[in-house]
Amino acid sequence: MIPQPFRIRQFRQETHDTFTLELEPANGAAPAAFQPGQFNMVYVFGVGEVPISISSNPASPRLFMHTTREVGTVTKAMRRLKKGDIVGVRGPFGTPWPVEDSAGSDIVIVAGGIGLAPLRPALYALINNRDRYGRIVLLYGTRSPNDILYQKELKQWRAEFDLEVYVTVDRAIGSWRGNVGVVTQLIPKAPFDPLSSVAFVCGPEVMMRFTVQELQRRGVAEDKIYLSMERNMKCATGFCGHCQYGPTFVCKNGPVFRFDRIADIFGKREI
Amino acid sequence: MKEIALKAGDTVVVARGDLQALLDALAARDYTLIGPTVRDGAIAYCEIRTVEDLPAGWEDEQDGGTYRLHRRGDGRLFGFTVGPHSWKQFLYPPVLKLWEARRNGHGFTVHRDESPQPRRAFIGVRGCELAAIGVQDQVFLHGKYVDSTYQARREGVFIVAVNCGHVVSTCFCVSMKTGPKVGKGFDIALTEILDADGHRFVAEAGTARGAEVLAAVPHRPADASDRAAAEVVSANAEQAMKRSMDTEGIRDLLYNNAEHPRWEAVANRCMTCANCTMVCPTCFCHTVEDVTDLSGSHAERWRKWDSCFTMEFSYIHGGSVRPSASARYRQWMTHKLASWIDQFGTSGCVGCGRCITWCPVGIDITEEVRAIRETDRAAEEG
Ligand SMILES: Cc1cc2nc3c(=O)[nH]c(=O)nc-3n(C[C@H](O)[C@H](O)[C@H](O)COP(=O)(O)OP(=O)(O)OC[C@H]3O[C@@H](n4cnc5c(N)ncnc54)[C@H](O)[C@@H]3O)c2cc1C
Ligand code: SF4
Ligand code: SF4
Ligand code: FES
Repeated sequence: MIPQPFRIRQFRQETHDTFTLELEPANGAAPAAFQPGQFNMVYVFGVGEVPISISSNPASPRLFMHTTREVGTVTKAMRRLKKGDIVGVRGPFGTPWPVEDSAGSDIVIVAGGIGLAPLRPALYALINNRDRYGRIVLLYGTRSPNDILYQKELKQWRAEFDLEVYVTVDRAIGSWRGNVGVVTQLIPKAPFDPLSSVAFVCGPEVMMRFTVQELQRRGVAEDKIYLSMERNMKCATGFCGHCQYGPTFVCKNGPVFRFDRIADIFGKREI
Repeated sequence: MKEIALKAGDTVVVARGDLQALLDALAARDYTLIGPTVRDGAIAYCEIRTVEDLPAGWEDEQDGGTYRLHRRGDGRLFGFTVGPHSWKQFLYPPVLKLWEARRNGHGFTVHRDESPQPRRAFIGVRGCELAAIGVQDQVFLHGKYVDSTYQARREGVFIVAVNCGHVVSTCFCVSMKTGPKVGKGFDIALTEILDADGHRFVAEAGTARGAEVLAAVPHRPADASDRAAAEVVSANAEQAMKRSMDTEGIRDLLYNNAEHPRWEAVANRCMTCANCTMVCPTCFCHTVEDVTDLSGSHAERWRKWDSCFTMEFSYIHGGSVRPSASARYRQWMTHKLASWIDQFGTSGCVGCGRCITWCPVGIDITEEVRAIRETDRAAEEG
């Protein structure tokens, strides 16, 4: 599969180290429809290609948004791009969040840092059909108040769509009056019915480990917890072997896994 | 001689002196011939033209960490086993340009070299190797996606297999059920016989095109004694095989022993040099490199064999997922023997023994399995 050219329609700096690219096909082709939780391989000409989740609204498939944190070679080069520049895109790839299958349940979304990006399409999809779900609770943790993504939307969703949003930061600075501490501390008191909830979790692996423990402590069943895993990826099509996680390939069997299907290996050392 | 029609499944006898006619018949059908030759003191798969290019009279000796060729004292053409090369280098090249791209007014256009591949005939494919090709077919052709570079190379291949008559100490194909007699997937399978009745090949046609080629080669029908002589060759090879691996329940054995102390012990010897994955005929991992020229208007993507033994292999922001040598050795062996079964419905190991021979410190996959089995933690608890 070869990269297709996409034009940057908008470049938005989100926080000091994250930015969002809004992409549209440069050759007039329609981008493929995608499901919340899927990712693209985004190619910076001559520099490299990295997996980045799609963070836009699945109801507007003509647009791919990618919220990216600047961490290394490719993401730094991506950060230097401007409106009108071209990137390559292969995708979408991977398994989605079980948005439709969760109708009728409470939804608990637990996100850490940039982990909110792959969850945003799920949030859009949930509020697109708000009446199909019970309570929708978002528990979101970042390092500091300066790292909180999508602040405007969080406010809007809270106000208009009956979404319960709890944000916590590791380190309070400035005028922050909200929660301080790791996101897992929010789970015991969060308003959802553990016996009829589905949990979507994305963040650093340690954060997901403690999140699963807390969710299980509240009584959420193993098969009602979904995690998005991260591994090195070079191909996204099951050939390069880099993304192996036990018997799975994260690129094609994931990135979203139902927890009971990886419970055997989850948290094991260096798998 | 008038050509007599043959069909798949037929067995004939080709004299040593007529083997060149088989090579010629393949060349006449536009095949590029690849076969074993002696290069730098080892058996290497290279382009060949005549029977004289084959390693007549050579025999290999292999053991953990050692490989040596010596004269066997007869004129056998296939009296050795497998060297460091495998056929995967032709179907899945070690380094390959996947595409190149040029900037233009509307972004860039990607160009992929889709010029037809040479049709290759592989001469001398052993049982374990034929199985390895089958394993890679499963990986590259029969999953959710198809690797078009592999497909383009694989499609035209003509396979002349050889039933092994000599084994080395590292072979364990019997345990892996891949040899010494070749299984499915060949066009022609040869058994080399050198006895009082002379030097000849019992040749079985595995496919219609194999039969068509054989029909063009001087031959006589195989009689019962020829077939019996061929069976003896395979039976003797099987008898001579000393190394083994007990594969009973191996998938769960390794999954259940992910925390076994043996991984630490083997890691103390392992140099994480990645030799085992480079010589393995089934390992398929690769990395990609994106490059650009000085003007920045031309870019290329290259694919290169990679190995789970490197630190970079599992790198994600913040560090490698498998920083310890024990975790990397565990990944390799568990993938070969256990998770491969979940992923592709087959073992990832065909018992060729290359990883044992080419390991600089002679780590032996069969020995590692045995050590874990003997101290199976799950069994001890249960
Ligand atoms: C399914 C999936 C979805 C992702 N979604 C997002 C997203 O929405 N936003 C975002 O900012 N990041 C996301 N990431 C992480 C992102 O891919 C990495 O940050 C990126 O690859 C880093 O590349 P680099 O060249 O800038 O960093 P370098 O550190 O220079 O990269 C070196 C090598 O490591 C690999 N690598 C480094 N970090 C990661 C990582 N965390 N995950 C996988 N490979 C890595 C790179 O591909 C490259 O091979 C996602 C990763 C995966 C697997
Ligand atoms: S793991 Fe070793 S013995 Fe098995 S197929 Fe690979 S190289 Fe051969
Ligand atoms: S053993 Fe290692 S290099 Fe070989 S296919 Fe498996 S992960 Fe890749
Ligand atoms: S990213 Fe290459 S196998 Fe998954």
